[in-house]
Amino acid sequence: MSPAAAPVFRTERLTKIYGAGAAEVRALDGVDLDLPEAELVVLLGPSGSGKSTLLNILGGLDHASAGQAWFRGAELTAMTDRQLTCYRRDHLGFVFQFYNLVASLTARENVELVTDIARDPMPAEEALALVGLTDRLDHFPAQLSGGEQQRVAIARAIAKRPEVLLCDEPTGALDSRTGVAVLQALEQVNDRFGTTILVITHNIDIRRMAHRVIRFRDGRVVAVARNDRRVSAAEVAW
Amino acid sequence: MVRLHALDRKLFRDIRRLWSQVVAIALVLGCGVAILLTAFGMIRALEATLDDYYGRQHFAEAFAAARRAPAALIDEIRMIDGVRGAEARVTGWVVLDLPDRAAPASGRILSLPDTGALLNAPLLVAGRLPDPDSDAEVAVNARFAAANGFRPGDRFAAIADGTRLDLVITGTLRSPEFIYTLPPGGLMPDDAGFGVIWMPRRAASAIFGLTGAVNDITLTLRRDARTAEVLDRLDDLLRPWGGTGAYLRDQHPSHAFIDAELSQLRNMSLVLPPIFFGIAAFLVNMLLGRIVALERSEIGLLKAVGYRNAEIALHYLLLAALVACIGIGLGWVAGTWLARGMAQIYARFFDFPWLIRPGGLDVYATSGLVGLAAAAIGAARAALTAARLDPAVAMAPPAPPRFAHGPFDRLLGALRLSQPAMMVLRGLLRWPLRAAMTALGLAFGVAILVASTFMTDALDEVIETAFFRANRQHATLALAAEAPLSALLDARDLPGVVAAEAQFDLPVTLRSGPRSKRLAITAWPRGGDLVRALDTEGRRVALPETGLLLSRQLALQLGVGPGDPLRVEVANDRDKDFTEPVAAVTTQYLGLGAYMDLDRLAARLREAPRLTALHLALDKSELPRFHAAIKHLPSVASQVMLTEVRDSFSETISENIRVNTMLFLVISVLITAGVAYNGARIQLSERARELASLRILGFTRTEAASILLGETAVLVLLAQPIGWGIGAWVSWAMVSGFDSDLYRIPLVLTPANFATASLVTLAATGSAALLVRRRFDRSDLIAVLKTRE
Repeated sequence: MSPAAAPVFRTERLTKIYGAGAAEVRALDGVDLDLPEAELVVLLGPSGSGKSTLLNILGGLDHASAGQAWFRGAELTAMTDRQLTCYRRDHLGFVFQFYNLVASLTARENVELVTDIARDPMPAEEALALVGLTDRLDHFPAQLSGGEQQRVAIARAIAKRPEVLLCDEPTGALDSRTGVAVLQALEQVNDRFGTTILVITHNIDIRRMAHRVIRFRDGRVVAVARNDRRVSAAEVAW
Repeated sequence: MVRLHALDRKLFRDIRRLWSQVVAIALVLGCGVAILLTAFGMIRALEATLDDYYGRQHFAEAFAAARRAPAALIDEIRMIDGVRGAEARVTGWVVLDLPDRAAPASGRILSLPDTGALLNAPLLVAGRLPDPDSDAEVAVNARFAAANGFRPGDRFAAIADGTRLDLVITGTLRSPEFIYTLPPGGLMPDDAGFGVIWMPRRAASAIFGLTGAVNDITLTLRRDARTAEVLDRLDDLLRPWGGTGAYLRDQHPSHAFIDAELSQLRNMSLVLPPIFFGIAAFLVNMLLGRIVALERSEIGLLKAVGYRNAEIALHYLLLAALVACIGIGLGWVAGTWLARGMAQIYARFFDFPWLIRPGGLDVYATSGLVGLAAAAIGAARAALTAARLDPAVAMAPPAPPRFAHGPFDRLLGALRLSQPAMMVLRGLLRWPLRAAMTALGLAFGVAILVASTFMTDALDEVIETAFFRANRQHATLALAAEAPLSALLDARDLPGVVAAEAQFDLPVTLRSGPRSKRLAITAWPRGGDLVRALDTEGRRVALPETGLLLSRQLALQLGVGPGDPLRVEVANDRDKDFTEPVAAVTTQYLGLGAYMDLDRLAARLREAPRLTALHLALDKSELPRFHAAIKHLPSVASQVMLTEVRDSFSETISENIRVNTMLFLVISVLITAGVAYNGARIQLSERARELASLRILGFTRTEAASILLGETAVLVLLAQPIGWGIGAWVSWAMVSGFDSDLYRIPLVLTPANFATASLVTLAATGSAALLVRRRFDRSDLIAVLKTRE
């Protein structure tokens, strides 16, 4: 991975304030960041340190109070809701802690939710094969284990071949063994498609598989470290 | 093969998952569609049929009768400004002696012009028209022929003015004048007992002694005709010849009845469907509101992966549209069935030349679109909420509903209620609009029952008043011509007659200032007891020595009350006009009435008392001899057996009432159960975690369920008085809607009405609550608590 790779995301003094007056909370407090292409980046930090807020703003799910954020050349902080919708539709994939599968759709259909509206999706079956769920295509979420559900969520996120995958605590609700299977799926997507992946986690061990680790505290970035001795997902344990 | 989008598949699975609520809503919506389809379809069909039939057969627009006018007068009538066409006829009443019928029947003879009728042209159903030169050949109305088994070539006898005529039927006819045919003095069509007889003009004139003369005029008018002036001019021309007052089509007996039916249908299509659509919209609103709340994270996810706001709003609108489509489908099936049933009822009472075909595709389309619109209105708020949901917020669990201490809360605190009762009441106060709408929905269930059961009691009152209090005679004989009072003595000598009373009908125009009404004053001797005027309590009102008794409706129309003077214009002799005060106002449900003492009227007319009809009380064992005798009575034009009228009226009415009551019972149960079930289901969904927690804390199933169903119970109790009020109002509106010169319906509301309505709705709510309770009992506590809100 070349250190000179162009940034996918760039932020300048990015700030997000919730509430007002005495109840004011600075979720993000002037964050400056450059995130290069094709890296797997881990965001670490205690609860309320601003990781999720940053992910939401970069994902076009939330608006900044001040400062700017860019996706490649496009200024996210200047986009309308309609433009943000197109941005998410065309460029991003999301993986959430609580999977957020539609309970009334099967694994395959949950993936098709995305492939139905994507420009150049891979077949839902292929996406599910990538995460090792070939034999669970027609199961409903209630018939799948937590790890399987999360892998469906990853398949759903990667099916449209996104440039960026944003993951908020993807292993947060999983035990170690199933968590590793999920991480392997992410690793494979990063290796195979060069997809930039941002992972929020409380799990310190996951940082060992990242290209880059960013630490948050009180809405600020306190450290950005490159990891030159990456391990494979299979070696991660907690 | 078309592949459904994943989002569409979610739609269909959601419908399947929510089937019980979907069915409940669809049934309510379906009721609205069915009633709209039926009423709207029947209105359209009736109007189109009338237009077509009247147009083709040139049904007249104005009508007048005279005692005896010269035939040449028709040329002068045709010259009246505004008249397009005019035709003169000879008509008269006869008693019929039918081969297989013991009781005499009555008939109306109508002359046919030799050149064929231009106006009110009858339609030949079978056989041929009578030969213009024949004395014995006649055509009869097809229903009379069918009811008596007559075919062309069959014979029967008519007695006109004491002369027996042997007639032969050459054909059967149908006429726009006799779509709804009432026998004289009758209230229901009597096909077997009353016939319309068309015969050549020459023969008819000879029978009634009207050679060279006519006694019936019909007109069509030009589009720009000033109708009031035409009628006045016609009256002027006919007055010297015993004219009894011209009138327009709206007072024509057959047309007026169909018109009353049409306005009843219009009322129905205006009042009922909006109630159903409103409730359906509310239920859709409740259901979708809950679904959107439950699917916040799914909505957030859809937005996160790039679905547009409009696509998400559309998804929920489509869900509502699917519910609506199920309702519309049910409504169309039920509506088609209802409309067919109504067409069959119409076919029994109305004689149309072709079958009424209710509705066209556009009627189905309109009712469907209205149904869809109702669902869309109901879904709009939830769809907008879903569209507006911020994707980041949507991914986080919703904040717990904000309960705060308000004034009500302090009141609840002061009441020292148990915690479960507090939970129920706080739940109601937290969503006051939803609680109010649910109560209102349940109240409509009550109201519909109050309004439908009220009809039964109201019609009982009509029958009781008209047939047992006001008209107590067994038979009424209408005389062919005015007769001296001595005819009364002759009548008393008839076999089987126990008592006889005289009646004199005088065609007049009653005028008070600018208001006027054409009708006949009915005069009876004072002290008579067979026919009576009644007050509001149903008690007899004695005829006053001077003054008129007016039925309440007539007094209202004329704007007069007791003591006010009324100008009485005598139709056939304006020299005899007089002014008479209103003595009292009476209660009467069928027709309008103005009553006067026979002697007083004779004195005002400066004539000896006369009579035009006889009311008789009969000894039933002598009936056959009585029937035989009046067949040969020269002066009798027609006879009405009140006992038969009573029976046929009660029978028909009670059948209609039975069908109506069943229909409205079903409708009310659907509404009540639909609203209660949806309300309780949504409660269950909202409170599932709370209730599961209570169960784990040690509450029994019943205790937990009582919190769940407590809200429904409070609301259904609250709905009762509201429903009574709305029901009373709807009943009043129906009474006003039914009001016509032909009949009106009293507002009879008894505690039994209200009690029945309440019992039925409480039972329906109870059953709906039990269904939800069963679902609650079967729910898995742990699973509920593990589910992420």
